Amino acid sequence: MSETHASFLYLIASICFIMALRGLSSPDTARSGNLYGIAGMVIAILTTLAAPGVVSFWLIIVGILIGGAAGTYIARQIQMTALPQLVAAFHSLVGLSAVCVAAAAFSAPEEYGIGIRGAIHGASLVEMGLGLAIGAITFTGSVVAFAKLQGLVSGRPLVFTGQHLLNAGLGAALILLIVLFVATESALIFWLLVLLSLAFGLLLIVPIGGADMPVVISMLNSYSGWAACGIGFTLSNSLLIITGALVGSSGAILSYIMCRGMNRSIFNVILGGFGTETGAAPSGPGVGDRLVKSGSAEDAAFILKNAGSVVIVPGYGMAVAQAQHALREMSDILKKDGVRVRYAIHPVAGRMPGHMNVLLAEANVPYDEVLELDEINRDFASTDVAFVIGANDVTNPAAKTDPQSPIYGMPILDVERAKTVLFVKRSMASGYAGVENELFYRDNTMMLFGDAKKMCEEIVKAME
Amino acid sequence: MAEPAALAERAGELAGDARGLANHLDALAQQIAQAPAQIPAGSPFVFELTVFVLAVFVGYYVVWRVTPALHSPLMSVTNAVSSVIIVGALIAAGPRGISFAKILGFVAVTLAAVNIFGGFIVTQRMLQMFQRKK
Repeated sequence: MSETHASFLYLIASICFIMALRGLSSPDTARSGNLYGIAGMVIAILTTLAAPGVVSFWLIIVGILIGGAAGTYIARQIQMTALPQLVAAFHSLVGLSAVCVAAAAFSAPEEYGIGIRGAIHGASLVEMGLGLAIGAITFTGSVVAFAKLQGLVSGRPLVFTGQHLLNAGLGAALILLIVLFVATESALIFWLLVLLSLAFGLLLIVPIGGADMPVVISMLNSYSGWAACGIGFTLSNSLLIITGALVGSSGAILSYIMCRGMNRSIFNVILGGFGTETGAAPSGPGVGDRLVKSGSAEDAAFILKNAGSVVIVPGYGMAVAQAQHALREMSDILKKDGVRVRYAIHPVAGRMPGHMNVLLAEANVPYDEVLELDEINRDFASTDVAFVIGANDVTNPAAKTDPQSPIYGMPILDVERAKTVLFVKRSMASGYAGVENELFYRDNTMMLFGDAKKMCEEIVKAME
Repeated sequence: MAEPAALAERAGELAGDARGLANHLDALAQQIAQAPAQIPAGSPFVFELTVFVLAVFVGYYVVWRVTPALHSPLMSVTNAVSSVIIVGALIAAGPRGISFAKILGFVAVTLAAVNIFGGFIVTQRMLQMFQRKK
């Protein structure tokens, strides 16, 4: 196949990828969007296999079979609650394959038409260095994010003195190494660059705490795109450049949306250390001299059944307890009784963007009952019951009233405007930000202490 | 009435202009035909940069239109799509014989394949769950 034909087919593949993202503007078109994505990938792979340099296929077929089987198995087995760590793990693979491709291009540049060994074109070297570094950072960064999300290491931010100085130094060293690499084209510097980038990725994510993971995952998503882009520039391949740019900007936009959802800057998140002094407040009702009204599942069932409208506010706690199915059962009964039930999702609820929506969809909650913060916030004032399950900081009115609070300025769900607030929570412990929620002590709040799933099941039993 | 005469004069001028332009274009075309090698030589990077910048803009506008409810599928599908890096890996794994580059290509093909299959399948699984009110 001539280069012109190949470029043309790559263009078609790029358009397919754009259509894949375009499809996600509505759930109705999303599935066909995914098919576009698959079609684009098939075109891209077949076109490359027909390239004149690709003549030996057995290793490729073995690789695709092994990888394809593993990927298929994992994707079919994975629980939707574990989605964030799955995505983190997948990002790490993109990073590692970018490193492999860069190394292959470095060791056999003639296959890619970018010069010969020892005399690779200068521009290709710059791009190779960048793609390599970003790929390696994506790899270790994603591995750390995976380990934190999977609970293999503590989700707490790991901070030590001189951390920022060390990271800044490493960053500067990386730039220096890339310059040296371009100047000398030395294999030693190439591998040094790999090692240093791996270390940098590790150190970059270590100080970032568990609940900031939505930003981290989005950021790594973005990095994996830029890595592909860097490789695309190295190989002068428009398809890789276009796709990398699409993915890179997508991840960057998601990071921005997540940061805005927490009213924090991206730098603040990257510097890390947020939520270190998570106060372990005594569990059970009645902290200090302030009284908390706590109720049973029967009380909650009674209040819910007598309500005209209910808004359910799910958070990460719901995901941890796998309470989404029991929750849906509860709302089904309410709907049968003529209660208007809707769900309110905060942008940073869960551990990745849109995580709650997927979990609710998994439990067969129709997506038109699930509303975003700005769609539903006005309606809380006319709502009888706000049912908060596994969320805390995103409902804390201190974000609006207390300028001293670390979460001040964060957009929150105005659950306190509802006539009654039911809080399903395991204990009185404060949320991720380490801030106490004064909502717990209000007269119209009732705490339902217990595991989210068990509580929903008990409420269902009490309602029947 | 002098108008028809004036119009005719104007039309004549325009025709002259057009002829001039056509001649100019001819000359340019000849120049281009004579120097085909000169044009792409200095500019592949600028060309790539153009593609890159335009793609970033396309990405920006397309992604802002994605409904927040589908941000998780967006992430998994972009993840699958970014494995198009397999294109680079196939070229490394393609030549005859065995070399270091070929082994690296094989590893990269395998890793990217995990991602391609896994990413698209998990996206499909997610999207199948999103249903309207019955």
